[in-house]
Amino acid sequence: MTLPRRAWLKAAGASLAAAFLSGCDQITENPGVVKALSSAEVLNRRVQRLLGRSALAREFTRADITPNFKANGSTDPPDADYQALVAENFASWRLVVDGLVERPLSLSLDQIRALPARTQITRHDCVEGWSCIGEWTGARLGPLIDMAGLKPEAKHIVLHCADTLGDAKYYETLDVFDVHHPQTILAYAMNGAPLTVPHGAPLRLRAERYLGYKQAKYLMRLEAVAAFDHIGGGKGGYWEDQGYDRYGGI
Amino acid sequence: MPPPAKVLVRRHSAIVRVTHWTNVISLFFLLLSGLQIFNAHPALYFGQASTFGQPWFATGAYQGHDGRLHGVTMIGRQVFDTTGFLGASQEGRATVSRGFPAWLTIPSHRFLALGRRWHFFFAWVFALNLTLYLASALLNGHLRRDLAPTKSQLAPGHVLHEIWAHLRLKFPKGEEARRYNVLQKGAYLGVVVVLLPAMILSGMTMSPSLDAIFPFLVDLFGGRQSARSIHFITASLIVLFFLVHMVMVVLSGTWNNVRSMVTGRYAIEVEPPPAPALGDAP
Repeated sequence: MTLPRRAWLKAAGASLAAAFLSGCDQITENPGVVKALSSAEVLNRRVQRLLGRSALAREFTRADITPNFKANGSTDPPDADYQALVAENFASWRLVVDGLVERPLSLSLDQIRALPARTQITRHDCVEGWSCIGEWTGARLGPLIDMAGLKPEAKHIVLHCADTLGDAKYYETLDVFDVHHPQTILAYAMNGAPLTVPHGAPLRLRAERYLGYKQAKYLMRLEAVAAFDHIGGGKGGYWEDQGYDRYGGI
Repeated sequence: MPPPAKVLVRRHSAIVRVTHWTNVISLFFLLLSGLQIFNAHPALYFGQASTFGQPWFATGAYQGHDGRLHGVTMIGRQVFDTTGFLGASQEGRATVSRGFPAWLTIPSHRFLALGRRWHFFFAWVFALNLTLYLASALLNGHLRRDLAPTKSQLAPGHVLHEIWAHLRLKFPKGEEARRYNVLQKGAYLGVVVVLLPAMILSGMTMSPSLDAIFPFLVDLFGGRQSARSIHFITASLIVLFFLVHMVMVVLSGTWNNVRSMVTGRYAIEVEPPPAPALGDAP
């Protein structure tokens, strides 16, 4: 007699709990509520940019480098175009710079390596919570974009990537605000060696004051735009389209 | 003996009451969305970067010989089976690998992006509320008058006496109940001056943009991963405070305490003057 009753109570308790949780989720995931909560993102971005326009991220020494820097997101892009580039060691790879620029560019890896460069040992912070320290060498984005000449109406740089993650191409957006920050570089080397495939070969972004998902790997094209709502899911990045904040500074 | 007379005294100012309840609401959402964020990488480290092989605290799951998912929690080198709560727990009908269970996270299923939205919204509410409370407490004397222990309260004999009285669940009555006892003062001061500010500062230290603006924060906590650990430990201490606080509220008169934090009025019992001695004395 007691066992069925206990089992019944347990089942009733479990379904009550499930109903309660799904009720909670209806509130916590309500689009209007989420939109109101997202006002904090605007506040974070405005306050942080007001306090530190050109603040530099801390740089470390070689002794601080994390021995096995974690590679996240795409680590071996399945895309045939990209695999063909890997097979020929990126000989025919070009970085296209176009959109709202005066002089569109198409640069080979050697041309990018000849541009004003910077090496920085910085902390990479994943949105999941972990951190790794690595050394990055790359062309400073500011001088590269100046070569192309931004049109005044350009507000963001869209970073188009070679990798498909899930079922969408990876992309990111960087505000013009960050283009001339000294630590914003297009990295072709990590810890003194050419960038490996798991870490974004042949070229990836490093914008050190932002979370890992902003550091787009496998770069193919930089497009200067006034707005990004027509690109991808319209939220300004692969993870942004899944609900993450575009600011990514916290 | 006639019953002691009850007097309603003004205990909590309006600003204390408003900031108290704003704090309750924001800490509720911060805790549950914080556990969602923790679940994205349920391991904690000390230092600047993560030492993936050696977290000091971690939860995880493994498939047992019985084919079921078992949850484990590691603290230092100790490993505990925490199936059903930490590491592996029910989500819908299935047992899944997750840090904290569905009933403790916002939202209940795994959704880091949404957990962050809730967390950062209430982080602002919490920080502005605490700033308002501390600024007013400094300016209007609340901190000095009501929370700072007096010299006599700090005497070791008095502190021991209070601990002994609390252990026997004997709480101050009459005139003594007009002010906080030394244990209350210590607990409240520790929370509003140490734990709550530490929560905000260690949270800020996890932001790469804020670290560029305030590099001393990273040094204060000894690195971003240390800050993440301290954020977690401090949150745990606040939960511990909350549990003790609830027990004390109930033991020392639920209704009187709740009323005092809503209307500001707190009833104390005033001893009547001693009754004249009856005639059976020798």
